[in-house]
Amino acid sequence: MASSFSRILSSKRNIGILSLVGGSVTAGFLLHRDHVSAEHVRRRYPASAEFPDLRKHNNCMASNLTPAIYAKLCDKATPNGYTLDMAIQTGVDNPGHPFIKTVGMVAGDEESYEVFADLLDPVIKERHNGYDPKTMKHPTDLDSSKIQSGQFDERYVLSSRVRTGRSIRGLSLPPACTRAERREVERVVVDALSGLKDDLVGKYYSLTQMTEKEQQQLIDDHFLFDKPVSPLLTCAGMARDWPDARGIWHNNEKTFLIWINEEDHTRVISMEKGGNMKRVFDRFCRGLKEVERLIQERGWEFMWNERLGYILTCPSNLGTGLRAGVHVKLPLLSKDPRFSKILDNLRLQKRGTGGVDTAAVGGVFDISNLDRLGQSEVQLVQTVIDGVNYLIECEKRLERGQDIKVPAPIKQFK
Amino acid sequence: MPFGNTHNKLKMNYSAEQEYPDLSKHNNHMAKVLTPEMYANLRDKETPSGFTLDDVIQTGVDNPGHPFIMTVGCVAGDEETYEVFKELMDPVIEDRHGGYKPTDKHKTDLNSENLQGGDDLDPNYVLSSRVRTGRSIRGFCLPPHCSRGERRAIENLSIESLDALDGDLKGKYYALKNMTEEEQQQLIDDHFLFDKPVSPLLLASGMARDWPDGRGIWHNNNKTFLVWVNEEDHLRVISMQKGGNMREVFTRFCTGLTKIEGLFKEQGHEFMWNEHLGYVLTCPSNLGTGLRAGVHVKLPNLSKHEKFGEILKRLRLQKRGTGGVDTAAVGGVFDISNADRLGFSEVELVQMVVDGVNLLVDMEKRLEAGEGIDDMMPEQK
Repeated sequence: MASSFSRILSSKRNIGILSLVGGSVTAGFLLHRDHVSAEHVRRRYPASAEFPDLRKHNNCMASNLTPAIYAKLCDKATPNGYTLDMAIQTGVDNPGHPFIKTVGMVAGDEESYEVFADLLDPVIKERHNGYDPKTMKHPTDLDSSKIQSGQFDERYVLSSRVRTGRSIRGLSLPPACTRAERREVERVVVDALSGLKDDLVGKYYSLTQMTEKEQQQLIDDHFLFDKPVSPLLTCAGMARDWPDARGIWHNNEKTFLIWINEEDHTRVISMEKGGNMKRVFDRFCRGLKEVERLIQERGWEFMWNERLGYILTCPSNLGTGLRAGVHVKLPLLSKDPRFSKILDNLRLQKRGTGGVDTAAVGGVFDISNLDRLGQSEVQLVQTVIDGVNYLIECEKRLERGQDIKVPAPIKQFK
Repeated sequence: MPFGNTHNKLKMNYSAEQEYPDLSKHNNHMAKVLTPEMYANLRDKETPSGFTLDDVIQTGVDNPGHPFIMTVGCVAGDEETYEVFKELMDPVIEDRHGGYKPTDKHKTDLNSENLQGGDDLDPNYVLSSRVRTGRSIRGFCLPPHCSRGERRAIENLSIESLDALDGDLKGKYYALKNMTEEEQQQLIDDHFLFDKPVSPLLLASGMARDWPDGRGIWHNNNKTFLVWVNEEDHLRVISMQKGGNMREVFTRFCTGLTKIEGLFKEQGHEFMWNEHLGYVLTCPSNLGTGLRAGVHVKLPNLSKHEKFGEILKRLRLQKRGTGGVDTAAVGGVFDISNADRLGFSEVELVQMVVDGVNLLVDMEKRLEAGEGIDDMMPEQK
C-alpha cells in the first residue's frame, strides 16, 4: 500500500514535470524528500508584514500558527508549487465560530503534509485529540469479517451508511489542482469503476452532461451533490471551474456511490435502508478494495502513509476518513440531559438528518463516530455498532420507565 | 490561483488542450474571445509579479454569465496584465468599450471648468447627484493578486495621504476591522459602508481574500467626499450630495482627486495611468475614466414610455435601481448614469449625464402635462 512517491513518478508521470520545477531542486526532492524553496515566490515584504491578523479567529490553524512558524514556512512551496498562504487562506477568510472549531487549513497535495508539517502536525494533534503524527502510526484495517453483531434493531435504526474519501497519488488535491489534473482524476476513477462487477456494476453521471431527468432522479435518490456554497470550501479554491470534471457514479442497486472531484478526489459511500451495518461495511470494504485493485492495474494508487493513513484535502479527514453512521429514532433519550455525555463517552457525535449543521427532525438523529485518525476502520465501525446498540438499549429502558447509565469513557487510541 | 504564481509550472505538464476551460455554456466577454489557440499562446506567460492567464480568467470560467447581461469575465492582477495578456485583453476591451481599438488614445480631463452648466438639475426630480471613479497605485498588485503585506501598505499610504487633506475635504479614516459598533451604524445610515463582496463574480477572482484586513472607508467631515480603500480596487473615490447640483459634485470630485494624486506623489507614488488605457483598474470595464456620474431621478411616467430604453441608449446613459447595479427601481426613482468609461474624457462623460438628465426631466414634465415627446427624441450620441 505504501510505495514510494518516486516510484510512482518514474513509472507513471513524465519526468518532464520534475525538470520543469527546477533541475537541482528536482534531484534534491527525489533524493531526500525535503521541502523545496520555491523559485518564484514573490516576497516584497518581510514575513512580519504578511502575517495574517488572527486575533478574532477561532480555528485550529489560528491556534497553532505563530509568527515564527509563518516566517519559517512562508517562502516554501511543495514541488507542485503550493504555498503556505494558499493552505491557510480558508482559515484566514473564515474566523470561525466561538463554539465550533473549524480546522482552518487544507492540503493542496500530498507533499503539503510534509512541507508544512511544522504547522500541520500541531493542527492534526489538536483536531485528532492528541494523535501525534511525529511519533504515532495509524492502523488501516478493511477486513469487515471482524465486525461483531452489526445488525441493528430496525424499529429504531432507519438507515445505515459508511463514507470515506480517497485521493489519487501523483495528482494535486481539489484546492490546487489544475483543470487538466482534475479531468485526469475523473478519467482514472471512471475508467476503474467501469471494471466493477456483480452487485457493484454501475454508471457514471458527469455533472456537465447530466440530462434533466438524470438530475431529478439523482436528487430524488438523495445522491446529487451541489456546488459548494460554504465559504470554508470556496475560500480554499475547491469550487474552481465548477462543474468541469465533477460527477457521480453509483451502482445499479443504489447502495454504493462515489462522488468525483467534490471536496476530495473521491468520496466513497455505502448505504442502505434499515439496520444491517455489517452488510453496508462489507460492501464498503469490498468495493474499496476492488477500486484500489482496478486503479493499481492501471499504474495508479491511493495516497496513503503510515503516519497519516489515507491522505485527504482536509486534515480532519486523515487516517480512515471514515464516518460510519445511522439514522436512528431516539425521541426519549435525546431529551435526557445525559444524552451528550453518553455520546461523548461512546466517542459518537450527533447531527440532524440533513447531515452536518442540520437539526434533528422527529427525534431522528444521525449518529456517527467522532474519530477518524488513530483507529482503524474496523475499530471505528465497531465503536459505532456498540455505541448505537447501547443508545437503543437506553431508549428501550426509558420507554419502560427504567433508568439508564452513562457508560465509562472509551479509551481513545487503542 | 490568486496570488500563488508558483503553481503555474504544474499546468505545463499537460497540453493546452487538456487545460483549456470548457466555455461551451458561457456568455461573457472573455469566453467570446478566448480561443484554444489564444489559450495555448498565453498560458505559459506571467507578469513580473507572477499573475497568469488562468488567474486572469478564473472569474469568467467560474461564472458563465447570463443570457441577457454580458459580464467581462476577466480581471487584471497588476498593471502589466494589460500588456502581457494583450492578445486577450485588447479584444475584450474593444468589445466592451464600443469598438475601442488597441491604437486608440484616451483623453483625461479633470478640469471641471470645462463642464457647461450642470449646477441646476431640477431638484423636484433629481434627488441626488454622485460621481465615482477608481484609482490604482502604481507598483502594487491589484486586489485579485495582492498579498496581505501589499494591501496593508496600500492602506497605510492611503491613510497618510488622505490625512493631509484640509478645508472642506478634511476627514477621517475608519478601518473595517477596528470600527466600533456606533461608527459602523453611522456609516450604514449614511449609506457609506461597503460590505464584504458576496457576488461570485468578485469572489471567484480572489478580491475578498483576508477580509476585512487592510480595508476601510475614509470620508470628509461634510460627508460629501468618500474614499473606499481596498474593496474592488485600491481606491474608489466618490463625490456626492443631495439635490441636482452636479457641477458642484464634479468640481469637488476633480479638486479632491487632483489633491490626492499630489499627496501620493509627495510620497513617491503615482497612479496607474497610460495614454492608451487611461486609468488602470482591476476590471477592464472600468478602464479609461473609471467614471460613473449619476443621479437618482424621479421618472415615473417616462420610465413607462415604450421608447425609454431607446432614449437612454441614444443619450449613452444607463439605468439602474436605486440600490445600485442589479437592483430594481423603487417608486419610479431611477439611478441614471453614463454607460461609457473609456474613449471619452471625464468632462465629456459628465456633460453627457448633465445634458441627458436635463432632457429626461423635460420629457417627464411633458408627459406629466399629458403631452407627447416625439419631437424631443435625441440623436444617437
